[in-house]
Amino acid sequence: MGEKKIMLGNAAIARGAYEAGVKVSAAYPGTPSTEISENMVQYPEIYAEWSPNEKVATEVAIGASFAGVRSMVSMKHVGVNVASDPLFTASYTGVKGGMVLVAADDPGMYSSQNEQDSRLVARTALIPVFEPSDSMEAKEFTKYAFECSEKYDTPVMIRTTTRLAHSQGVVELCDRVEVEDKPYERDIRKMVMMPGNAIPRHVFVEQRMKRMAEDGYDMPINRIEMNDTRIGVITSGIPYQYVKEAMPEASVLKLGMVNPLPRKLIEEFASKVEQVYVVEELEPHIETQVRAWGIDAKGKELLTVQGEYSANLLRERLLGIKVETDEPKKVPARPPILCPGCPHRSVFSVLNQLKIHAAGDIGCYTLGAVAPLSVIDTTVCMGSSISTLHGMEKAKGKDYIKNWVAVIGDSTFLHTGVNSLMNMVYNKGTGTVIILDNSTTGMTGHQDHAATGKTLMGEPTYAINIAGLCRAMGIESVHEIDAFDIEGLAKLIREEVAKDEISVIITKSPCVLLKTTKVTGVCHAVPEKCKKCGMCLKPGCPAIIRQPDGTILIDDTMCNGCGLCMKRCKFGAIVKEEF
Amino acid sequence: METKNIIIVGVGGQGTLLTSRILGGITTAAGYDVKLSEVHGMSQRGGSVVTYVRYGASVAEPIVEEGQADVLIAFERLEALRYAHFLKKDGVIIINDQRIDPITVVTGMAEYPEKIIENLSAKYKVIAVDAMEEAKKLGNPKVFNTVIIGIAARHMDFEYDKWVEVIRNTVPAKTVEMNLKAFETGYHLK
Repeated sequence: MGEKKIMLGNAAIARGAYEAGVKVSAAYPGTPSTEISENMVQYPEIYAEWSPNEKVATEVAIGASFAGVRSMVSMKHVGVNVASDPLFTASYTGVKGGMVLVAADDPGMYSSQNEQDSRLVARTALIPVFEPSDSMEAKEFTKYAFECSEKYDTPVMIRTTTRLAHSQGVVELCDRVEVEDKPYERDIRKMVMMPGNAIPRHVFVEQRMKRMAEDGYDMPINRIEMNDTRIGVITSGIPYQYVKEAMPEASVLKLGMVNPLPRKLIEEFASKVEQVYVVEELEPHIETQVRAWGIDAKGKELLTVQGEYSANLLRERLLGIKVETDEPKKVPARPPILCPGCPHRSVFSVLNQLKIHAAGDIGCYTLGAVAPLSVIDTTVCMGSSISTLHGMEKAKGKDYIKNWVAVIGDSTFLHTGVNSLMNMVYNKGTGTVIILDNSTTGMTGHQDHAATGKTLMGEPTYAINIAGLCRAMGIESVHEIDAFDIEGLAKLIREEVAKDEISVIITKSPCVLLKTTKVTGVCHAVPEKCKKCGMCLKPGCPAIIRQPDGTILIDDTMCNGCGLCMKRCKFGAIVKEEF
Repeated sequence: METKNIIIVGVGGQGTLLTSRILGGITTAAGYDVKLSEVHGMSQRGGSVVTYVRYGASVAEPIVEEGQADVLIAFERLEALRYAHFLKKDGVIIINDQRIDPITVVTGMAEYPEKIIENLSAKYKVIAVDAMEEAKKLGNPKVFNTVIIGIAARHMDFEYDKWVEVIRNTVPAKTVEMNLKAFETGYHLK
């Protein structure tokens, strides 16, 4: 063991991959998994890429594994849905070089549209799941996952949660150990999954999972901490930390492998304690299996399937100790909002004025659903805006969507929106699609994508021309416009929604937080000209403060000088100071 | 040693992450077991954000819970009020005396509370400073958070030179001198 360093859970996973000799990493950004790839690039021994979506990323990792090297693919929990097609069959093919998929769940939904539990996906896909509980384990479990991947001929899932991914803890670094590439042999019984080959592979997969469940009895990542035998807690991941904090006297079975479950070890532990509790966030994945084996374990009846746990929750629900704290004060909520100078705000303020509904998508711009912009009416998943709008049209006819558009970001468009647009073309849809092209993957913290001209590793590359791509599909009405040209945009949207044909409007203005975006000035209020009409407040810019007398003030430390408020003011009460 | 708990609250984009990382750096350098918990993703877009710092001989959970914080560092007044119940009875609040209206106030759905600092002072030890003003005087309002760290440092048991070293190693290379000036300003602020 060497140098000690404080590291984010995600950075520790990347370090683990590095130390394990990984050579290829692929991912699509998604909170809370993004920093894994961002940390990969510091290791020149690893080729790391942003793929357009999680399915593609997973296939890249599978290909690398087939070629005989260790590979990693990482994604957020909903990304696993996108990746599930290759994943479920990679379970059958198994690996050549070790392959690890990191699935980052988001209990409490800090930055997600649902709260699904990736352990259940892995259980259905018949792949093992390892779950670390701090940064040090994140690194060590990753290395062990690669060993097991090759030993048991399977992809291995490392499951994390937001709290692990985005917590920092002390990690002891080790050196990288190079792993020799596995020699390539043509082996279609393993690598071509058609029925005749897949049938025997399924038999292998079932045997593999049985063998892993048995071997789990003495795997180093599963351990029993015997203490007071009145309470025995079965737990894993971050909840283990809450157990140690709330009930340090209890006996604990800490599971590092949560799928398949090591039944013998669990039964042995349960037989030594009076009352078994299962402490796991989200679904009762461990609990239902343990109870099915006839162990009288308590879990979700006292706890919850929703949100994050805490030590105080365990004290209260399992030990009956109410922790006395001050009442939280009643204060105005502060939900996330679009940044000052955000080009999405400008587009949404136009849609709001035109009273046009938007089928929305996943990104910062989902925030256009809430007041005061209140433009987005639907959001389901990545790429869904265009297909949802198309479904509405097919249900109710083309006139029904004359006051509707689909809005989707550039990165999300390339993720899966492009398929939906192909469908709209092919099936004669007439929808208007607005691609909010801010030249980045914004919400996850500014990652490059296939249209930015730069790779994850910082190299210049081809930039997919989004307008050209749309035209190549056969769409004739494709327009590019500055997001802050509010008059031009209003005219264009009015014209396009009225047409009986499909059209694409690409609003091209870079995210104001990008380092390459130059802030050109700052806006100031001119109080003596202000008529207190509130027009400037309508787009909901957080840099504008309404004064008690009804006039406004612009916070010059927050303003990014986009000038949207100035364009909305009819009285010249806002001016822009150019830099 | 008993685990020390610090929570840093503010508005997404104000730089709470950098502050928690500096605190993580100084406590790790001192040989403690340290855990930090951060907020990434959607809340970073102007929402209410909280990061936790815990250090001691051995730290289990990475979060600070209600009633446990020794120090609350608030980058904005309203956020100080929102998280005050996380403090221990004798806890200290360091507030950047700045107002940022949440969208609920901008749209007139809610009122920004009055006299926050006075009300909190009745119950807790409060240190309120207009760090933004101090940072502006230095020529870069963005380093207001390092002014706050300087103030916090005076209430913690780490050597001045150690702080300087950690800041040097944590902030972007181009901003080292500016951040060190901001730290010094905060440290000596009356």
